[in-house]
Amino acid sequence: MEQKQLKKIDIIFGWDEKCTPIHVVEKTIKKTPENIILDMIDSGLKGRGGAGFPTGLKWKFCRNEESDVKYVICNADEGEPGTFKDREILDKVPEKIFAGMTICGYVIGAREGYIYIRGEYNFMLKPLQQKIDIFNEQLRAMKVDFNVYLRSGSGAYVCGEESALFESMEGKRGEPRNKPPYPTVAGYNSKPTVINNVETLVYTSEICRMGPEQFKALGTSDSRGSKVFSVSGDTPIAGIYELELGMPLKDFVDEFGDGDTKAIQVGGASGHCVPRKKFNDTIIGFEGIPTGGSMMIFNSSRSMYNVLHDYLEFFTEESCGQCTPCRIGCQQLLKGIEAVKKGERPPTYLDDLKRLTATMKIAAKCGLGQSVANPFTSIVDNFREEIIY
Amino acid sequence: MSKYMVNLKINNTSIQVEEGTSILEAAKLLNFKIPTLCNHPDLSVAGNCRVCVVEVKGAKLLAASCATPVSEGMEVNTNSEKVRIARKHIIELLLSEHNVDCTKCFKNGHCELQELASEYRYGDHIFIDLVKDRDKLRDISSPSISRDASKCIRCQRCVRTCDELQSVSALAVINKGDHQTISTFLNKPLNDVVCTNCGQCINRCPTGALYERNYMEEVWHAIYDPNKFVVVQTAPATRVALGEDLGLEPGKRVTGKMVSALRKMGFNKVLDTDFTADLTIMEEGTELLTRLKRAIVDKDETVKLPVMTSCSPGWVKFQEHMYPELIDNLSSCKSPQQMFGALAKTYYADKINIKAENMVVVSIMPCTAKKFECNRPEMRDSGFKDVDYVLTTRELAMMIKQAGIEFDKLEDEIYDSILGESSGAAVIFGTTGGVMEAALRTAYEIITGNEVPFTNLNIQPVRGMEGVKEASIKIKNTVPAWNFLEGVELKVAVAHGLANAKQLMELIRTGKANYHFVEVMGCPGGCIGGGGQPIPTSEEIRKRRAEAIYAEDMGKTIRKSHENPEVIEVYKEYLTQPLGHKSHELLHTHYKVRKRY
Repeated sequence: MEQKQLKKIDIIFGWDEKCTPIHVVEKTIKKTPENIILDMIDSGLKGRGGAGFPTGLKWKFCRNEESDVKYVICNADEGEPGTFKDREILDKVPEKIFAGMTICGYVIGAREGYIYIRGEYNFMLKPLQQKIDIFNEQLRAMKVDFNVYLRSGSGAYVCGEESALFESMEGKRGEPRNKPPYPTVAGYNSKPTVINNVETLVYTSEICRMGPEQFKALGTSDSRGSKVFSVSGDTPIAGIYELELGMPLKDFVDEFGDGDTKAIQVGGASGHCVPRKKFNDTIIGFEGIPTGGSMMIFNSSRSMYNVLHDYLEFFTEESCGQCTPCRIGCQQLLKGIEAVKKGERPPTYLDDLKRLTATMKIAAKCGLGQSVANPFTSIVDNFREEIIY
Repeated sequence: MSKYMVNLKINNTSIQVEEGTSILEAAKLLNFKIPTLCNHPDLSVAGNCRVCVVEVKGAKLLAASCATPVSEGMEVNTNSEKVRIARKHIIELLLSEHNVDCTKCFKNGHCELQELASEYRYGDHIFIDLVKDRDKLRDISSPSISRDASKCIRCQRCVRTCDELQSVSALAVINKGDHQTISTFLNKPLNDVVCTNCGQCINRCPTGALYERNYMEEVWHAIYDPNKFVVVQTAPATRVALGEDLGLEPGKRVTGKMVSALRKMGFNKVLDTDFTADLTIMEEGTELLTRLKRAIVDKDETVKLPVMTSCSPGWVKFQEHMYPELIDNLSSCKSPQQMFGALAKTYYADKINIKAENMVVVSIMPCTAKKFECNRPEMRDSGFKDVDYVLTTRELAMMIKQAGIEFDKLEDEIYDSILGESSGAAVIFGTTGGVMEAALRTAYEIITGNEVPFTNLNIQPVRGMEGVKEASIKIKNTVPAWNFLEGVELKVAVAHGLANAKQLMELIRTGKANYHFVEVMGCPGGCIGGGGQPIPTSEEIRKRRAEAIYAEDMGKTIRKSHENPEVIEVYKEYLTQPLGHKSHELLHTHYKVRKRY
């Protein structure tokens, strides 16, 4: 399999004085929307929120919808445990986000863009709004018919799920919708909507700045470009790092681990747990384990039962509660491992619970319930004895 | 706009359906039954329970068949191994969260979850029992509706009912995750919120989480008490629905059997709310004409028009909460149930020589709000509680079963007299538009001396299931006393279901529509779709009940309220005239402004 070596990159947080985000907008909107879409598709950029949908295609689908009103939404509801990179982007280079949104708006035919920011980041609202006002002013001066707005969430994890986010923005209870229709057909206010992650939008404006070639040169054929990682846990150098995609997990552990790394939870609570024995043959990228950027490092002092228990408590609380598999399934998984630990259920009960997660994975209404299987099976399969004894 | 047709295969059988059809509907056309819980024909699609998941070839995820539209070339399997395992898990999960005390449950035998569990015959419950605070989650504050959150499966049918059909939103989802539940504003008892007691939530609750506050034991106790004289009245809509809970088809008329069963149960007199429905027309019709006269002749600007009917206690409470500024538009007439109670314990008690304090008045109603209504403090004009107990159609069916009566074998019997005679105009009170039609039949004749100009007296424009109906009649050839109405175009409107009522009230409140007379029934379809009627309900079932109501009307020799001989007699002997002194004392009431929060 194609592999890359660990390499630190400086695209996201880099600043080109000669070509600032507003210059990128100015330069890009001289191209046709079709050409911009072609650039996006050519770059191979996939969504950085975790699901990995090709960004160019998403824009193209939305552009093809007929509607007077369309929206661009930046998903800044960064709620995945262990993820904190969007916060840094919002703090350091928000203009790049605004630029990405404006370009997207130009491409799909939207005049309004909203940043939906998680409730816990409310301390950022004021400075962010000031920067938005300046940017909107610059757009007006350039006679670009687009405005960026800011919306605050209220602290529900599920509102990071795109359709729950729309419901929340519409003033309703944040509950995921049935799909189809997908957002590009009927999103916010039931209008065609592109919703992209913070980091994705920054990459779109960067691709417009430097051209798709430079971006494409990084990463592998399935995972083009670089990605920002939030590194936390048992590491001496926790923090935010932009790395080229496609590296083996072993390189990552060598760089960031404390020498005693037992497992890495890739992709946050809803991601996969990779044990030491699989570090060598696990690739970080869409061909291996995709991630929204959260890398939680655990050394041998950690109980994987506690880790799993924490995750399940989190999902039990953060499930919106509307669908059966997720609402009750999460509770059963949590109570189930407790019962096995206490000896109230036999160790084989873990297999019953694994079958339950298989159902949750295919029958839950949204990504939240569907992804609980990831941490559960990967931890139970690799650390079974820690769960039982 | 013509729709595209879509070709797909379900369980290897090809079918062509209109674009936009759900997999569930398409499967139904092929007679493949897919189990559902959160789905209801009257409500929007939720896709919450996931019981209806099916496998679509090529898709990684199972699809909720209720919420997934068909697409060209789709291949669906409704019973694959994946589907069966998922469905089994989902039902087991629901049971693990559900207080499974089925034998003690009021909805025992009428529970959709129980039905599913019995279809799938689960022997081994693998999951851990999650019911918290069993027996502590009941809310019995309301005289009409009881809740038991330990039975709730969070399908949100009640929430959608309260919002979409009734625009009341007394019930809503609160909290998330394992704490997610259905509750009221600030978690207050149901009796302290905007709930109108309509009971539509009960009609759509698949389990025992919502049920009527029942008074069966109290009524049996009264019947057995030798010192009590127990009279029963039956509302118009009960006679076309009761059979459904006793093994008969929807739309079957069972008036005679119902009378017979009530007599066999031991009620001392079996009387008819239809009698006071006719009386309501006399009072309300006169009230309408009086208000018109004050407005047109006396140019009295304080007079409130349109007059709005007040028969439906769910609607009345809705108005008290939501439109206090229109509260004086409500007719001051009590509902037929309460007119009956007030007359029974005065005029009737005297007539049959029974002390009012020894009389117990029981109502059989299609309605849960009637239970609230009879407890209103205003409803004691006889000097006693005018109506003692209200039973729903469902409770009556249960009592008939308890009494060991084989309902379908009963011979028809007729109501006792007096307070048992009624016209066809009274029967149609049971369906939307009925009060309006009955009022027009009488009012038009009073004004002109002629029958309403509709074939067979059937005023078609106010019939049917459209949410808001409008009609107008040009008044011609008036008799001298009503000359001032000559040439007036009498404008009326009819709404059923409170969401439609709200729409109509907005038109009136903002002056976008001018009517003289408005009929509102709180429940979809009117009383035939009432919150106390047999479950299940759907527009199809309600239509069949409505057809039965109109058939009952056509079968009557007397079809106009003012021709009911017992009504004529009660005015002659006791009340003297509509809106007379005695009427005001016994048959009219007032309303109170209620807060929304």
